[in-house]
Amino acid sequence: MPDPLLDIRAIDVFYGDFQALFGVSLRVNAGEVVAVIGANGAGKSTLLKTIAGLMHPRGGDIVFNGAPVGNAPAFDVVKRGIALVPEGRRLFPSLSVEENLLIGAQSKRPGSWNLARIYELFPVLAERRHLPAPSLSGGQQQMAAIGRALMSNPSLLLCDEISLGLAPIIVRDIYARLPSIVGEGLSVVIVEQDIAQALKASAQVYCLQEGRVALQGEAHELTRERISAAYFGV
Amino acid sequence: MTEWLNIILQGVLIGGLYAMFAAGLSLIFGVMRLVNIAHGDLIVLAAYVALMVTTSLGLDPLTSLVLVVPAMAIIGYLLQRLLLNRTLGDDLLPPLLVTFGLSIIIQNGLLEWFTADSRKLQAGAIEVQTFQVMQGVWVGALPFIQFIVAVAVIAGLQQLFYRTALGRAFRATSDDQSVAQLMGLDTRHVFAMAMALSLAVVAIAGVFLAVRANFDPSIGPARLIFGFEAVIIGGLGSMWGTLVGGVILGVAQAIGAQIDPGWQLLAGHITFLVILAVRPQGLFPKVSG
Repeated sequence: MPDPLLDIRAIDVFYGDFQALFGVSLRVNAGEVVAVIGANGAGKSTLLKTIAGLMHPRGGDIVFNGAPVGNAPAFDVVKRGIALVPEGRRLFPSLSVEENLLIGAQSKRPGSWNLARIYELFPVLAERRHLPAPSLSGGQQQMAAIGRALMSNPSLLLCDEISLGLAPIIVRDIYARLPSIVGEGLSVVIVEQDIAQALKASAQVYCLQEGRVALQGEAHELTRERISAAYFGV
Repeated sequence: MTEWLNIILQGVLIGGLYAMFAAGLSLIFGVMRLVNIAHGDLIVLAAYVALMVTTSLGLDPLTSLVLVVPAMAIIGYLLQRLLLNRTLGDDLLPPLLVTFGLSIIIQNGLLEWFTADSRKLQAGAIEVQTFQVMQGVWVGALPFIQFIVAVAVIAGLQQLFYRTALGRAFRATSDDQSVAQLMGLDTRHVFAMAMALSLAVVAIAGVFLAVRANFDPSIGPARLIFGFEAVIIGGLGSMWGTLVGGVILGVAQAIGAQIDPGWQLLAGHITFLVILAVRPQGLFPKVSG
């Protein structure tokens, strides 16, 4: 078995004295889509923030591309090829749509993603490129946030709650573009509360419950019963 | 009539200097929410750096900018990187206290090194040159140059903010520090670049201040107040607003001085208070997204 692109080994993560993750391990192979599901407060966003370098594990290791990144700051992690689409989109409100995309390329990693390809993937952004980011609708902002992350030409894309606050038709529309993004050999970790959407899009599923991995398996093998048991802890 | 025209014109021209005091202050507050209490003392420090450069190398004050501007920018970068970055966080108080302490250290350091004697940079013949703009209205060459430089500085900052990758990084970091880091921006470096830029502007302001009038180590805090007032009058929205704020303050002081010499500063402060009372967001507030 080849070495995974991302290998998280039993990490413990804390907010001050409060422990949010307990010995969480997770592997992502190159070109694979992994879904992390779980109830509110299960530690999903904390896991993504830790991978992206915004938080650091107190115990355990994070190995990316063979190198430890657990203590690397976020600005360094993105240069190594991990990009996060943060929960709530978090576009820069003072910047135009195009400036938001351009700043995504700040890390100057070589690769095939550029403005033209983002506009091809999300044509509506091209029409609104010069507008301030807050003038976009929620779905368009999510597209811009994904585009901004792709502009760094990552080898691992982390998506935190893409469906949050969006109409189902828009969520389907955004997920429909996922295959054309993954087609490039990009690996993706999706954090979702929309379990059906997450199972459809991914190969591997991890279910977190109160900071621990309660269930792990291939998406097509997991039954509804096992998932709800892990999700609700019953 | 021409007498008042002269006075207003002098006020406008000095307003350019106030706008330069204000621009660096506004830049730092905008990018990192840091209120730099030492800003006025850094202006005076720049004046002393210029004094050393002009006396030791025999340079003309305006030519000395070639050295003083980069020197102050380097001081700014190091100051931010080694000291001020450590004070930044969710609490606004630590940077306020540390820059207050810095203000005291700079004043006393200058006092120790240069004594309390009042100094002035000598710019030679240009100091007394004037030209007539219309019948009975005269403008000094130096105030005129100072104003043109101020407009160029403001225009340059505006371009830098809205047309360059560094400006984009400033605005993004100002919006959301943690997401800025996710983009690959080292915010410690971005802040240090902002402070370097702020002190580059401070250097220009310091040299013009020192050519225009006498200075000594104690005059920094008053320059800080002028800078603050210009920022608040103009609003935190745009650099051009800062220029307008500086000009309004300059004109108010000039008119006050004409009524009674003791009223110069008072008229400026009253104008500031009136604008703060009727339009607390300033004349050109930031458009909230």
